[in-house]
Amino acid sequence: MSTVAAQRVVGGPQNASRGAIRIEDVVKIYDSDGSAVMAVDHCSIDIKAGEICMIVGPSGCGKTTLLNAIAGFHDITSGRILLDDEVLCGPGKPKAEPGPDRVVVFQNGGLFPWKTNLENVTFGLLMQGKMSKASVTEKALSMMADAGLTGVEQNYPGEVSSGMRRRIEIVRALMTDPKVLLLDEPYRALDSLTKSVMHEALLEIYYKNKVTIFFITHDLEEAIFLGHRVAVMTSRPCRPKKFLDIDIPHPRDYSVLTSKRFRELLEETGEAVHEEALKAFATGEKEG
Amino acid sequence: MRLHWLLLQLKSPRPYLMMVGFIMFFGMWYLTVEVWQLPRFREMPGITKVFQEWTSPNPVFGLSLYTEEYYKHIWVSTWRVIQAFFLATLIGVPIGLFLGWSPRFRQYIFPIFEMLRPIPVLAWVPLAIVMFIATESSVIFLTFLASFFATTLNTMLGAESIDESFPRAAYCLGANKRQVFWHVIVPGAMPYIFTGLQISIGVAWFSLVAAEIVAGQFGLGYVINTSYTMVSYPTIVIGMITLGIVGYTTSALVRILGERLMQWRERERAIGGSR
Repeated sequence: MSTVAAQRVVGGPQNASRGAIRIEDVVKIYDSDGSAVMAVDHCSIDIKAGEICMIVGPSGCGKTTLLNAIAGFHDITSGRILLDDEVLCGPGKPKAEPGPDRVVVFQNGGLFPWKTNLENVTFGLLMQGKMSKASVTEKALSMMADAGLTGVEQNYPGEVSSGMRRRIEIVRALMTDPKVLLLDEPYRALDSLTKSVMHEALLEIYYKNKVTIFFITHDLEEAIFLGHRVAVMTSRPCRPKKFLDIDIPHPRDYSVLTSKRFRELLEETGEAVHEEALKAFATGEKEG
Repeated sequence: MRLHWLLLQLKSPRPYLMMVGFIMFFGMWYLTVEVWQLPRFREMPGITKVFQEWTSPNPVFGLSLYTEEYYKHIWVSTWRVIQAFFLATLIGVPIGLFLGWSPRFRQYIFPIFEMLRPIPVLAWVPLAIVMFIATESSVIFLTFLASFFATTLNTMLGAESIDESFPRAAYCLGANKRQVFWHVIVPGAMPYIFTGLQISIGVAWFSLVAAEIVAGQFGLGYVINTSYTMVSYPTIVIGMITLGIVGYTTSALVRILGERLMQWRERERAIGGSR
């Protein structure tokens, strides 16, 4: 069986030509006050272009550290990270440069409360100055409409629901046509009903835009529902403990949640996750 | 629209409660000084005497709503506060933003800043007089000082308070350092800046009066001080009440300006939303 056929069978990634991330043997040690704390321990993950890779682990296990390294917010101690064979950070260049090819959607929301929703969405392209304001606005309005966000363009983020804010933030990220979306537990604060709506909306956006998704969560159901692949991480220091291919075909909708296969996968992974959660609980790591 | 708002205000208990507060305050003044004539208040000018003097076309001590001089004192003081306040804002806001934004700048400046800040305005008076030969500039300098520290400190706290996600998001989306400063740091610090400006204008009045008592030739602080030496006690109280009213007005203007500039906060508040 060829690899392409194999991908079809597992409902594999879309045929994206860009956005492959290679995390090679990355180590991150925090040493701010002299007592070295290892957050990421020889971590290697290979993410295919156009894949939805879900990173699952208990809160505070060091997942966000990994994301920050890819995004370019933190340096790494050793190892390297590549995006489409281009070194983002590695020996001699410990910190990646943040840029519009890898856009982050933040845990607590990164929309600027002092800009209207439309101004938030147009922000990236206007700052880059490559397009005229009129064409940026046009693109923004059509992308917002596509995501079901009409009527709130002139509102401020503080005036719309948190679910809607998340959707706007994802649209804002996609405006700059990134290769990779880095999502840091974006739905953490949402109630489970809103969450389910958001999951379907994210998949819908994903099917329309060829983009690689690096998605951090502590919610295993979310991970299995959305991902092509789930990486269960160990608790501090953070390292992949188990990879799980999710062979439920895309496009998926909410009926997947009640399917037999979904339950099986949940069971298969549940134990590994629970084990790490217990460890994290025992060490009393602070969430974050 | 305006009328509707006025009617709403009249229906709510707020204006009445405010009136009750004022009546209680002035009533106590009247009772303690003029009715009970408590020993401690023996030398205090009574409320009726003060208001008679204040509204008299021929004031006994020379200052009332009908004298031109009264308005000249108000104007001189207000103009000094305005100059000092604008100067403090112009210098304090940028310094505060850089202090909060750039760790290096902060390491240079902040220790000095924190050492100068607790020095009371009155301790600066002799130096101010030596430095500026003209009284006018020394009074403005003294008024500026207190204002400046309040503005700078609050602006710094504002820049520091910005969630790190915001500059990160901006860099992610392709903004450069300068754009992050103008689009994230400045608006993000704005609520704190305006809190600072309200404190700043308050302490400007506070230090203005101190400066005018020592070195003024006009102004409400000067009025209060000379009235004291000339034993015209009702005029002291007129000066104090006037200071209260003018000070309140300037603070309110700053607050209204802030609300205008930060629509997003007003609208968030209006729907009771918190981020």
